[in-house]
Amino acid sequence: MAVDSAEAEQAAEAVDSVVDQQPVIEVRDAVKRYGVGDASIFALDGVSLTIQPGEYVAIMGPSGSGKSTLMNILGALDDMTSGEYFLDGIEISSMDESHLSIVRGRKIGFIFQSFNLIPRTTAIANVELPMAYQGVKPKERRERALVALDVVGLGDRINHEPTELSGGQQQRVAVARALATRPALLLADEPTGALDSKSTADLLDLFDQINAAGRTVVVITHELDVAHRAKRIIRMRDGKIVGDELNKERVA
Amino acid sequence: MSVYEIIRFAFRGLFTNRLRTFLTVLGITIGVASVIILLAVGNGSSKAIQSSLDRLGTNSLQVRSGGNGFGFRARASANSQKPLTILDTVALTDKTQAPDIKQVAPIVSTNGTCVVGSNTSTPSTFYGTWPAYYQASNTSIQSGSYFTNDDVTQSRRVALIGQTTATALFGTESPIGQTMRCSGIQFTVIGLTAKKGASGFQDGDSLVLIPITTMENTITGNQALSSILVEATKSTTTTAAQNELTTILDARHGISGSKSADFSVFNQASLLTTASTSSQTFTTLLGMVAAISLLVGGIGITNIMLVTVIERTREIGIRKAIGAPKGAILSQFLIEATILSLLGGILGVVVGLIGSHFTIVGTKPVIVPASVFLAFGVSILIGVFFGGYPAQRAASLRPIEALRHE
Ligand SMILES: Nc1ncnc2c1ncn2[C@@H]1O[C@H](COP(=O)(O)OP(=O)(O)O)[C@@H](O)[C@H]1O
Ligand SMILES: [Mg+2]
Repeated sequence: MAVDSAEAEQAAEAVDSVVDQQPVIEVRDAVKRYGVGDASIFALDGVSLTIQPGEYVAIMGPSGSGKSTLMNILGALDDMTSGEYFLDGIEISSMDESHLSIVRGRKIGFIFQSFNLIPRTTAIANVELPMAYQGVKPKERRERALVALDVVGLGDRINHEPTELSGGQQQRVAVARALATRPALLLADEPTGALDSKSTADLLDLFDQINAAGRTVVVITHELDVAHRAKRIIRMRDGKIVGDELNKERVA
Repeated sequence: MSVYEIIRFAFRGLFTNRLRTFLTVLGITIGVASVIILLAVGNGSSKAIQSSLDRLGTNSLQVRSGGNGFGFRARASANSQKPLTILDTVALTDKTQAPDIKQVAPIVSTNGTCVVGSNTSTPSTFYGTWPAYYQASNTSIQSGSYFTNDDVTQSRRVALIGQTTATALFGTESPIGQTMRCSGIQFTVIGLTAKKGASGFQDGDSLVLIPITTMENTITGNQALSSILVEATKSTTTTAAQNELTTILDARHGISGSKSADFSVFNQASLLTTASTSSQTFTTLLGMVAAISLLVGGIGITNIMLVTVIERTREIGIRKAIGAPKGAILSQFLIEATILSLLGGILGVVVGLIGSHFTIVGTKPVIVPASVFLAFGVSILIGVFFGGYPAQRAASLRPIEALRHE
């Protein structure tokens, strides 16, 4: 394998051995630029952001304001043009690809608008996959996947393939997949965008539960009712943060 | 993540993409099998030419009247040509002057049509000769008997016929003891020759042999021979025999110094060399066709591999986004490609070996062992390279780039 396992352990320990009161996310002056010269656009134009452990944050803003770009950087799925990003005190912005794959697998659970399940593969196999890449033993992996699928209410659908599940059910498989690795950070890019209102409500309840259990949750959304379930709301426009406030309905 | 686990992923990948797996394996199978079969056909036909030449006898020489053949001595002069005669033939049997000549048969050839009732046949070979001809030309009798020296001295009207001629004249009946009329003369058939098969463009079984004296007395009416068939003692002494007969005939025909020969000698051994050279050319051509088919097969595999990696780039993106190391992804795709090409290669070899058991366009294929290894090796190299390379490209993308792939 490309990643040497001793190295992998070391990196994982480094990630784990961080003192508690450090921010989960610390972004300084992040810039993401697409294209060159006059034709270039700044998808992120100097974003700085700090998120503490246990927060539940919603990011809002009009289409094209840079929400997804920011989220992909937070999820270590994309790199930035300039700026710094620390996840749990570890600098991600200068990490090489082999260490990034460990961070993606252990620290982050990412939920996409389009679910992104592996096609023609059962729900349980999809949930087990990230743990397989982390080297979790098959038996333990299966147990954890069953628990996660139970939590999202799909204990009776474990052998269904994505095409045999509704959109809401597929998204819940994706949540189970993100949860099973016990990440510090759950990132969701418009997770309810493709769901009906019933599925949306179920998913939001699930996020409340996850946050109540102590996990940091960051959700991008268009919808106000989704944003209002969060404890903090960040507003973006033209690649900049233009608003950042606590949600008074949820925080005393 | 263990190697075992990655191999399981690879098998699952192949199983979930059944149609692609099937098409790729089919492509490799056809490529490998066609290389093996085509080369086996080429090899088989060259073996067949070889053995039919062997059957003709490599230790025989043919002397023809006139120097203007393509044979050994092609130095003719138009005037003062002497025909080949029976006396020339007898001179060649001199054991002291020609120790390497085993036996000699004079041949008078003619064109004639044979008739039995309403059946007719025009034999492509209609010779008058004597018994030494049988051995020198590898002619044997299947039923009936040979004509003898006595038949020759008595100038009897007896004939040996080949199987094609027999069928044309007598159908399924036994020709032995029956009579036929050739060039207006009535003959009794006393022997049926064993099947010779075609040599070159000539049907060796379209044949009528009669005593040379009968031919001269009743049909051709002259003393000139068409040719003399000479059999050397061994295939290694044909050149010596050729030199001896040339010396004898030169003396008898007054050939010396600047005077060119009025006869030519044809050597079966040199014919063999020509024939095997041309069959090598044939094999080379088939080999090139086979190589092209392997190449086309390879392009097919490459195409399927490229298409599926593009199709699976999104999947690679998902796998990377949930923490798959590049190495695990690459190994999975490489193992998939290896399994596909191994499977296709093995099936191709099996189909090729089975296919080579059938007679193809009249040729019995003979497998060239090197072609099996070559085709198998090349198919695996192609499969692994073109399965691995696009996967390497996709696995090197940032997850978000792979995910954006539509
Ligand atoms: N791969 C890309 N190439 C070029 N421009 C891009 C790319 N991805 C996003 N953008 C641009 O960056 C800006 C921010 O996009 P995005 O982060 O997707 O916005 P949001 O998610 O808030 O709708 C948009 O103007 C978009 O056109
Ligand atoms: Mg977006």
